[in-house]
Amino acid sequence: MAESDNIVVETAEKIFADLADPQTINNDKKDAWQAPLWQALTEAGLPLSWVPDDLGGSGASLADGFALLNAAGRFAVAVPLAETMLAGWLLAQAKIASPDGEMTVVPASPKDRITLNADGSLSGRARGIPFAKAAKHFAVLAHGTGGVSIALVDAAKARIEAGLNVGYDHSDTVTLDNVQPVTLKPAPKGFDQTTMMLMGGVARSLQIAGALESMLDISVRYSNERVAFEKKISKFQAVQHNLARLAGESAAALAAATSAADAIANAKSFDDEVYLEAASAKIRCAEAAEKGGGIAHQVHGAIGFTMEHILHRYSLRALAWRDDFGSESHWAVELGKLVANRGADELWPLVASR
Amino acid sequence: MTAALRFDPIRLPPECEQLRKEVRAFLAEEIAAGTFDPHKPNREDTDAPEFSRRVGAKGWLGMTWPKKYGGQERSFLERYVVTEEMRVANAPTRRFFVADRQSGPVLLKYAPEHIKMEILPRICRGEICFAIGMSEPNSGSDLFAAKTRATKTDGGYLINGTKIWTSSAHIADYMIAIFRTSPPTKENRRHGLTQFLVKMKQPGIKVNPIGQITGQYEFNEVVFTDYFIPDDYVLGEVDGAWKQATSELAYERSGPERFLETYYVLTELVRAVGPNPDTRSAEGIGRLVAQLHTMRRMSVSVAGMLQAGKEPVVEASIVKDIGTVWEQQLPHRVRDLAAFVEETATNRETLERQLDFAIKTAPKLTIQGGTTEVLRGIIARGLGLR
Repeated sequence: MAESDNIVVETAEKIFADLADPQTINNDKKDAWQAPLWQALTEAGLPLSWVPDDLGGSGASLADGFALLNAAGRFAVAVPLAETMLAGWLLAQAKIASPDGEMTVVPASPKDRITLNADGSLSGRARGIPFAKAAKHFAVLAHGTGGVSIALVDAAKARIEAGLNVGYDHSDTVTLDNVQPVTLKPAPKGFDQTTMMLMGGVARSLQIAGALESMLDISVRYSNERVAFEKKISKFQAVQHNLARLAGESAAALAAATSAADAIANAKSFDDEVYLEAASAKIRCAEAAEKGGGIAHQVHGAIGFTMEHILHRYSLRALAWRDDFGSESHWAVELGKLVANRGADELWPLVASR
Repeated sequence: MTAALRFDPIRLPPECEQLRKEVRAFLAEEIAAGTFDPHKPNREDTDAPEFSRRVGAKGWLGMTWPKKYGGQERSFLERYVVTEEMRVANAPTRRFFVADRQSGPVLLKYAPEHIKMEILPRICRGEICFAIGMSEPNSGSDLFAAKTRATKTDGGYLINGTKIWTSSAHIADYMIAIFRTSPPTKENRRHGLTQFLVKMKQPGIKVNPIGQITGQYEFNEVVFTDYFIPDDYVLGEVDGAWKQATSELAYERSGPERFLETYYVLTELVRAVGPNPDTRSAEGIGRLVAQLHTMRRMSVSVAGMLQAGKEPVVEASIVKDIGTVWEQQLPHRVRDLAAFVEETATNRETLERQLDFAIKTAPKLTIQGGTTEVLRGIIARGLGLR
């Protein structure tokens, strides 16, 4: 993407460039870079971008926040920025103020479900919660007899089984066993777990698109440096065509993700059109993560397969992000059902409506 | 600076949606009147002169061109809507599509005023058909190897040689072709070709149809024997066609026709699986729709760039690369997904007939109008690799 034209993104990019240089953080085996980066992001108000001023946030627009997530994807930083943003956004839906510190959202899969008990406590098990281990609070979406509620939960009250995703980031199992939330309020009318999954899916799509942009950049740069058979490998047609395909996958991911973000930012409700945009973004970006990441590795050869090289920071995270908030298989089935249910002659009008 | 390209989320403005309604209503009337059958892509009525005139009468041909040449001075986004609705309906656009998309814009840019006044309004009225004379028996993707000679004579040029794979030459009234006016130079192998307007159906031109693997006869061999072209039919700079070819490519390569050519089999698959598909069918359809939606958003974005006066040649190449590979694979994916469709599905026969044709059509999609290999070369150049 060209130089940003947006102050939120500019601020974030400057912080990332100063404190999250990919080679530097890749060399830091103790992850000592994470605390100063998080502090700088917090001081700039970025983790609570989507929280209005009166609820303790910085009140950025949805569009600016989405652009920030795309930038975060370009740096593939292992801090819970997207997660805290989503948590703050979820809490704000029910007018719950966001506390300081790291947060994440529960659940993070369409299959998991948290129950609101009659006594106002929460129970349930949610797998694959990104950065649960690092979070001080959870923003929880729960189902009770009266409908859907949104709750702020103290992370210390949950049982957390630590795990790692494909990209070596925390992806933990969170179990709530009659946990009393800090605050609990009903979700607004029409807001449900699908809404939350679509929003999370678009966040991940933007991050994947950002990671692909970086993979394209470093692959092009590497191909112009690496010499084999007495010439730069960028001069081989087979390599050129692979990189052209990577550019295509990167472009498709960015187009799908930014289109879905634009759709949500301008939507009055999560109707079929927004569903098409958001589900398509997750499906297409996940496919691009596989195809595009595969090409980036092929271009790099063995060096890209090492922990010392930065490529895996992007390629593995892009693959890991496919799993959060509904995999591409999940959304493909759901989108396929929606299309079939609308009927053959309503498919084109749906596509053309965007 | 990064290598990645932007595809901003352009939305079609409200006037497009009004226009879309008009186009759909028009096409519904044409279908009802029996002009064409939207379920039969493999029909022989692709040359529909009366339909062409009625589209012209609607003001939907040359619609972005200046009014003085018969155009409507409407936007590329409006043209986009007309194009995609026609394509999805399988309307018989063959007679006017090339002129509207490509030949007209070339004439607008390079033809002398009196030629523009004579020909452009006729394109807008849907009266005339254009062909493009690029490939030759020994020059396809390598455009600048063309050998058909244009020899200077009194008041014009004499043409001798052969063009090949020329779509619609058998029905075309005009062709825009490149001919060799000088040999290439050592410094520039692209030098020496000139773009000409050619009036078809004249002595000195012989059109020989070539059968395609679909069973159709859409492309041709066109043999020129001492065919005379007057001086005022030269388009642009003599020997300088290579400077003129590139900017057109963005128009030619990014439109909805670059991913919708086999779309009909997807509609028919959705019909065949019915409202409650099994998981396999649902996932397959979901992925195809997500891919289709993404390509369309990219393609609309390029249309927005064109409207803004940009020359998004690399972006357009990406759209055509991804789009044509997709529309080529589509019939095969649909065939996979249709494998377990109930024998009793009411449209089963229609789907099978369509698949038969789409599978035969598929191989050409990544060849016509710039092969996948050529496109990837252009994208690689855009990435700074060559």
